[in-house]
Amino acid sequence: MPEFAVELRDVSKRFPAPSGEIVNAVRNVSLQIRDGEFFSMLGPSGCGKTTSLRMIAGFELPTEGDIFIHDKPMGQTAPYQRPVNTVFQNYALFPHMTIGENVGFGLEMKGVDKAQRLTRVRQALEMVRLPGYEARRPRQMSGGQQQRVALARALVNHPEVLLLDEPLGALDLKLRKEMQLELKRLQREVGITFIYVTHDQEEALTMSDRIAVMSGGRVLQVGPAFEIYERPNCRFVADFIGESNFLEGTVREVQQRTATVELAGGLLAYAESDLALTNGQAVTVTVRPEKIGLRPYEGAQNVYPGRVEDIVYIGTDTHYTVLLAGDQRLRVREQNEDPYSRPLASPGDAVTIYFDRAAARVLLD
Amino acid sequence: MTKRRSPWVTLAAILVYVFLYAPIVVLVIFSFNSSRTNVTFAGPITGFSAEFPDPRTSVVTASPCGPFHWFCTLAGNRELINAARNTLTIAFTSTLISTTIGTMAALALQRYQFPVKTFSEVSLYIPIVIPEIVMGIGILTLFGALFRFLNASLGLTGDGRLAMGIGTVILSHIAFSVPFVTLVVRARLQGFDKAVEEAAMDLYANEWRTFWRVTLPIIAPGVLSGGLLAFTLSLDDFVITFFTTGPGATTLPIYVYGLLRRITTPELNALSTLWIALVFVAVFITQRLERRAA
Repeated sequence: MPEFAVELRDVSKRFPAPSGEIVNAVRNVSLQIRDGEFFSMLGPSGCGKTTSLRMIAGFELPTEGDIFIHDKPMGQTAPYQRPVNTVFQNYALFPHMTIGENVGFGLEMKGVDKAQRLTRVRQALEMVRLPGYEARRPRQMSGGQQQRVALARALVNHPEVLLLDEPLGALDLKLRKEMQLELKRLQREVGITFIYVTHDQEEALTMSDRIAVMSGGRVLQVGPAFEIYERPNCRFVADFIGESNFLEGTVREVQQRTATVELAGGLLAYAESDLALTNGQAVTVTVRPEKIGLRPYEGAQNVYPGRVEDIVYIGTDTHYTVLLAGDQRLRVREQNEDPYSRPLASPGDAVTIYFDRAAARVLLD
Repeated sequence: MTKRRSPWVTLAAILVYVFLYAPIVVLVIFSFNSSRTNVTFAGPITGFSAEFPDPRTSVVTASPCGPFHWFCTLAGNRELINAARNTLTIAFTSTLISTTIGTMAALALQRYQFPVKTFSEVSLYIPIVIPEIVMGIGILTLFGALFRFLNASLGLTGDGRLAMGIGTVILSHIAFSVPFVTLVVRARLQGFDKAVEEAAMDLYANEWRTFWRVTLPIIAPGVLSGGLLAFTLSLDDFVITFFTTGPGATTLPIYVYGLLRRITTPELNALSTLWIALVFVAVFITQRLERRAA
């Protein structure tokens, strides 16, 4: 059994744009996607995630590098000869066919006989909770139902890998949340490798075993959700996933895994880092707003006085913007534990903020 | 609640319909005329007789077919039946070929980027705006020169010579229909989601099966409209046919024109009435098909 379901080895894709210039859609991407994994490619539009997925499907061919599916090099293999199936962003159901014909299309093309085809179509529709919908037409169904049909149409073929291109993008929020859980359930049930492309970080965090964060055609970081969130390896990842504070500074001292960084206004920040840092190096310290407190607590290494500039109440939490020495601003997020959501401070109040050495991370860019 | 509408709008609508359909109604009525010269309407033929009246009688009072006298004499007109057969042969053949070529051109223009794309797009549509008579002269000159050259260089003589005929008419009809088909099919392709083709390929259909099972059925209404347009253009084309036809390849419009120069009888109206009936049926069927496809 090969270890990886899909492997991208140093894959690049260049397009000539209509204007004539060359667009580097994907740059030297290497990825290893394990068998049975729910793997997401996450990034803003134009980051190369969809192009990467389309190259796995065979709709685009890499300019350089190669793609391996269960160790078999794909090279110039046509989409219809690849052991993968795709769920498209706008469903791409065949409007002139019934739901049964849509779902059975792949089996028909493979030459599966009619009796067996009908059984498998029925089972696939049951799996996506649309039993008995064979005779309907795509336009008679809602967006969510069409999306399930698209899923059934792909899964009925038992592909080695299922590719999903922002499949929930066109659904409303509530339906999207439902489908997220449904997709995760299906993936556990069928045990097929899912490669999921999305620009929605919450979606990626909710469903994925591992996430690849992409930007500008490159993969910046690959890892499980908590790792991407808690230990971002660059400013882009820290900023794109959730919310982050960034403080510019200079390394003053490195002791074991703790770096002392001098910030503007002479403040000293203590942060954990595995990086090989040298004294005098310019770095960025990042810390998540929810990991900063306005309530004093023992053992917090980073304690700064500041002044509240702004307060935003968002229900579960309250966001405080705190101005520190050296004209640096920090976003602080405190849970509204108080039954009346009374804020901990008002704009203009002098406050002290606290955060742990382990909550702060040193970034090189 | 119905919206209030000015009576003038209703009047204008009625006038438009009168303007459009009055000539047709008059034409149909005159096909039942008892007067052979067909200048004024002398009332319908009311009597039935065992024998056809003498073709020279100026007012027909009785016929074996009764009021449908002129439709019956039409059926016995060999020249006319020949012309009708030519017209339909030309129309079906040129429609089939021009629809195929036009659809392929529309798909290529929609899908691919190539160096001379703008040029080929513009040059494809120019025949639509060029006066037909210019096209006709052009085609005539081309075939004339080509046939002279081929006949001379291949040493063809007598009946073996290449000459104008049904083949040249079909070719010229294909030439002027292709741009129209392309235009109509492209309009349909505007809303075509390329992802359904990718979906088909993703589901193990190769290019060929993707085209027949997915692309063509989806664009079929456009192809059908394009084909119908080509068919009607071919059916009633006079100018280009006039320049490219030859002996034995007379089409209905050419034949009718020939009749007009001699004498017009209600037979001509009967022919036109049949023609209109055929067109109505064709349009009705297409409408039904399109509604079912939508």
